[in-house]
Amino acid sequence: MDWTQTLFWFFFVMTIGSAVFVVTVRNLVHAAFWLMITLFCVAALYVFLQADFLAATQVVVYVGGILVLVLFGVMMTSGKLDVNLKFGQGQLISGGIISIALLVILFLVVHQTNWQTTENRFENEGTTSLIGEAIMREFLLPFEVASIILLIALIGAVLITRKGVKKEDAA
Amino acid sequence: MQLEHYLYISIILFSLGVFAVLTRRNAISILMGVELILNSCNLNFVAFSSFITRDITGQMVALFGIVLAAAEAAVFLSIILSIYNEFSSINPDQTDTLKG
Repeated sequence: MDWTQTLFWFFFVMTIGSAVFVVTVRNLVHAAFWLMITLFCVAALYVFLQADFLAATQVVVYVGGILVLVLFGVMMTSGKLDVNLKFGQGQLISGGIISIALLVILFLVVHQTNWQTTENRFENEGTTSLIGEAIMREFLLPFEVASIILLIALIGAVLITRKGVKKEDAA
Repeated sequence: MQLEHYLYISIILFSLGVFAVLTRRNAISILMGVELILNSCNLNFVAFSSFITRDITGQMVALFGIVLAAAEAAVFLSIILSIYNEFSSINPDQTDTLKG
């Protein structure tokens, strides 16, 4: 058992543990910071899977972008930073049953499937140039569609929020 | 470091995300649950591309998944802000104007 293996198990436990805290901790800001640790650990798992560019993108977009958006959302909607999250009793039981059932079913599926993995690892010197080539060749159309979707989402987000502000002024 | 280990992580992240979406009573917590689900899907794509297909395709799909997650988070938060302006609350149980 070399140190790569040890590191993998460390991130394995960290990912699951911090995700458990994300859904159970009662303070919203604490949940956001546990989510940050989860996203970092997923980026580390991408490194173990030889997806270096994707790991960097995960850190930049998720930790730098989405998490800051989430924290802004917390600040703009709660007024104070310590928001208490209460669980509904009935929802807690039925939601727990559904998610545990999903967990068991998916676990059995993964456990009983005979995965056809090949032994030789995916060899490359960094995936960045491969991804750049793929974007300009077979993924050109999805790339353009994704850029248009981002533009539409940003304009739409501004528009939705502006409408709310105007309505409040008129009232 | 087998394929199954990555799939187990992704299953657990997915179940926790579903649990958060179903039980949390704050729209921002629900957004966090959705982010967990999206991350588990991306992890699946990257694991399969590294262990089975041995090419870049799965990573490309995960990349587009990250882009869509960013767009989704922006729209989600703007909707949350509108709801907060309208109802002074982001508890999904209280925004039931359309309920008959």
